[in-house]
Amino acid sequence: MTESRTTHLAALFLILSGAGLAGCASRPAPSDMSASMPTPTTTVGSAATTAPLESTRPTYAGPWEDPSSPLYERTIYFDYDNAEIKPQYLDVIRTHARYLGSQPGTRVTLEGHTDERGTREYNLALGDQRAESVRRFMLAEGVPAKQLATLSYGEERPADPGHSEASWRLNRRVIIQY
Amino acid sequence: MTRYSCLPRSLFVVVLILVGLGQALAAPRLNIEITGGIESAQPIAIVPFGTADGLIPPVDMAAIIGADLARTGRFKPMPTRDMLDMPSTREEVDFRDWSLLGMNNLVIGRVEPDPTGYRVSFTLFDVFRGTELASTSLVSTKSGMRQTAHRIADEIHEKLTGQPGVAATRIAYITSTGSGADLTVTLRVADADGYNPQTIVSSAEPLMSPAWSPDGQRLAYVSFENKRAAIYIQELSSGRRELVASHPGINGSPAFSPDGSRLAMTLSKDGNPDIYSLNLLSRELTRLTDHYAIDTEPSWSPDGQSIIFTSDRGGSPQIYRMAAAGGPAERISVEGDYNGRASYAPDGRSIVMVTRVNGAFRIGQLDLARGVTRLLSRGDLDESPSFAPNGAMVIYATIHGHRGVLATASVEGGGSQRLTQDSGQVREPAWSPLRR
Repeated sequence: MTESRTTHLAALFLILSGAGLAGCASRPAPSDMSASMPTPTTTVGSAATTAPLESTRPTYAGPWEDPSSPLYERTIYFDYDNAEIKPQYLDVIRTHARYLGSQPGTRVTLEGHTDERGTREYNLALGDQRAESVRRFMLAEGVPAKQLATLSYGEERPADPGHSEASWRLNRRVIIQY
Repeated sequence: MTRYSCLPRSLFVVVLILVGLGQALAAPRLNIEITGGIESAQPIAIVPFGTADGLIPPVDMAAIIGADLARTGRFKPMPTRDMLDMPSTREEVDFRDWSLLGMNNLVIGRVEPDPTGYRVSFTLFDVFRGTELASTSLVSTKSGMRQTAHRIADEIHEKLTGQPGVAATRIAYITSTGSGADLTVTLRVADADGYNPQTIVSSAEPLMSPAWSPDGQRLAYVSFENKRAAIYIQELSSGRRELVASHPGINGSPAFSPDGSRLAMTLSKDGNPDIYSLNLLSRELTRLTDHYAIDTEPSWSPDGQSIIFTSDRGGSPQIYRMAAAGGPAERISVEGDYNGRASYAPDGRSIVMVTRVNGAFRIGQLDLARGVTRLLSRGDLDESPSFAPNGAMVIYATIHGHRGVLATASVEGGGSQRLTQDSGQVREPAWSPLRR
């Protein structure tokens, strides 16, 4: 929802600014931009049209959707053919572990993914091991097991479909899904 | 693709699955392009089949038989335009003409009307000896004419090479289009020449690892349709299916035992990916490996006595072998720092697997007696090799022009083909057993 609201606002802004943004005009606009604009309405007996202004206050399903929250960072990246958590991600996981400890009713799925190199079923197993690494660390941090589930997609749902390291490094990941 | 954003996602999945299950759906055909041939291919003339007066057969039998034989890489059918005459009965054959044209073998045939549809007869000759090698007559329905042509091609292949042909077999494969919320994944089954493709499952979540039952009547596969991996066995003729594994963690790598009584699989329900065997009659589940490393991708030996699998217990993924009942495992892949997804040749003497060479993932054939690996492919991300049931070819997935396509390689070397779909990605081919 947040993303589509942003798109609405961006569309409104682009249209209102008109010629002032001529320098950006060469960038192709997302094709669904006009479709997502509110339909202008005409009042009978008037030449003017009005449109409702959407609320600018974002609504989040939880703090993990709020870019200003430390819980917003929910992806842990891994080295190739490796399920060990790299030290720079330990604090990310701890932050979520603390939050989950304070919210006994909140459950997360630790979703493991791999890059496309190697065989698909091996990668399904590797994604499982990555998710399991994060789960074990969270258990050690005191999160009750019933709040944690794991799911491996292996290489079946890449974040980036490219065939080079620039894409692969984005695909070797565990996402903490609330 | 139409977006049903108003429907809950789970409902969307259910709708797609129901569509896929109710009736197999016609799908875009796989186009086969021959990308390499064998120099020693035998010349053979397949004369356009004669017909009863006024009868127009639904397909060109000689063209289908010729294409089937050409795809084996072992035969080089003569172009029709080079033929001096077109006999359709024994009396019309002049062996000297065909001998002068350099043909080793000649095939003639006829299509006659029959209450069922058609009666197709053919005769295979040895041109040099002027003798008849095979002669058969088959009754076929109109819609079964392509299959009849494939059966004739297989009979010719077996008579001339001593090895069964695979023209009448089928290929199962996974396709996908879109990504994220627009992902559509299907499991399809097509004839070995890419014709008659049918969607047997369609889902908005990944499908993986199709595996044939030894009788060719069922497919086991992995589906994420309920937002978690589960293994199903689906009967092809009815579309009926059964959920056979849905444990916590991964449920993957289904592989039928050669007698069809068991299904080997990978489960991580006990904390780590290990190999299990499910007795399909008693439903008893037996754990075959117990190691903290990844154990996956089980494949049975043709005699059913042992199972090979991928494990990274030695630090890198390698192929190991154990007894079918479990127990100690020995490493059998010797070269390279990544070997995976192995399966046996029908004769049990070699295995085909994914092997990494200088950073590229290729298809390798390991001779088990000599311990030597020979490369069968040249791509960077080749995977999912599967032997044709006569052991003469291997089908695998590769990337061509940034798209996932299928390819075949002749085990003897030289012959190769590419199988592409007009749109979307194609992957994970599995070659069916021989049709009985």
